[in-house]
Amino acid sequence: MADPVSAQRFEKLVLPHMNSAFNVARWLTHNDQDAQDVVQEAYLRAFRFFGGFRGDDARAWLLSIVRNTFYTWYQQNRGHAPDTLEFEEDMHSLETSTADHDDNPEAMLICSQSRRRVHKALQSLRLEYREVIVLRELEELSYKEIATIVGIPMGTVMSRLGRGRQQLAALLAPTDQEA
Amino acid sequence: MDHEQAFELLPGYLDQELSLSEALECERHLAGCEQCQQVYSQHRQVSAQLRRADLRVEAPAELVKRIKAALPGRPSLWQRLVELFGWRSGGGALGWAPVGAMVMSVVALTWSAGLYLSVPSSETRLSQELVDNHIRSLQFNHLSDVISTDRHTVKPWFDGKLDFAPPVVDLAQQGYPLVGGRLDYLDGRPVAVMVYRYKLHPINLYVWPGGDAGATPHIYQRQGYHLAHWSAAGMNYWAITDAGNMELNGFITDLRAHPAS
Repeated sequence: MADPVSAQRFEKLVLPHMNSAFNVARWLTHNDQDAQDVVQEAYLRAFRFFGGFRGDDARAWLLSIVRNTFYTWYQQNRGHAPDTLEFEEDMHSLETSTADHDDNPEAMLICSQSRRRVHKALQSLRLEYREVIVLRELEELSYKEIATIVGIPMGTVMSRLGRGRQQLAALLAPTDQEA
Repeated sequence: MDHEQAFELLPGYLDQELSLSEALECERHLAGCEQCQQVYSQHRQVSAQLRRADLRVEAPAELVKRIKAALPGRPSLWQRLVELFGWRSGGGALGWAPVGAMVMSVVALTWSAGLYLSVPSSETRLSQELVDNHIRSLQFNHLSDVISTDRHTVKPWFDGKLDFAPPVVDLAQQGYPLVGGRLDYLDGRPVAVMVYRYKLHPINLYVWPGGDAGATPHIYQRQGYHLAHWSAAGMNYWAITDAGNMELNGFITDLRAHPAS
């Protein structure tokens, strides 16, 4: 993919979605530096495979690469298959994720208490639910796009969104009046 | 539509992802089912809370810059060199870190070079021109026109392109492998450039006929780059690198100690 025409096309179609890519990577990795590494690697891959991109939805295409890159990274770094997700839940229970984030500058910005609670709740969600919630609620993607990115049928997107929201509702419920 | 079916479709109803007929049926069931109403309103609240919390994280400016600088077209030579020398053998995202850092520093240096306003002497002007040229050579697919670690490939490549035959020396044994050569234009004349490498640092060695300087190299420092200038056997030499003073000195010593092909 060395010709300048496709390099220009790449710049026009794929580069503008860097915020989406980073947001998704950030919510998947839980960590700024890891998210940066994942996004950079994903862009490298995207650039390499751009010749094979025929669709019109560059953002969904890029995000599926970001997601794949993340899972490769996840398997290498955690020594875990992505489907052993229970581990994730233990690692990022509400208490630990609060502790994790209290000393980073981004967390300082999460000043409002309700925002903090929502942030924590989403962070503690199992990976398979968290990814569809992030894609839907934060990235505002359609079921069809999410199905393509995650590689599951649209019906599964719907049921995962349902379960993810159910868990979030439970996490956010007890002190709901305060929020 | 029974309860089970309608319950399954609630997320789709909330997200307006159902077909019209499904949506109508779901709505009809919802009107008479308390459990579904409760779940629906919970989910709607969660969705609203998520959106209100504005949890989207934007890409850090440095990442945007790094990716923009590294991607379109520019790194391909680096990629080739990097692959050639297996610098990415560690694999993964980290392989890009030095390239990204280099491109970043190049961008920063180009910018500061633009700010550098002075009326220079010819020597200063030439060294400035060299720094600019060196930076430019790292920016685009411009470091080498001929990529080869073999001096017997690099040297003949210059034939017919210059009115002199630049000496090409192989210093791989000394830790300064030859990576290629290119033709460049400097101080109003075409010059030969041999590209060497010390670890990750490229070294550009400019050569053209003349005897402007003494045999003892003068070392300069400019914008963080080390430059050296000397003349030998009727040739002017300028070497420039972002490697340290010691490394540049070692390179020159080894270069001068070895017979050219």
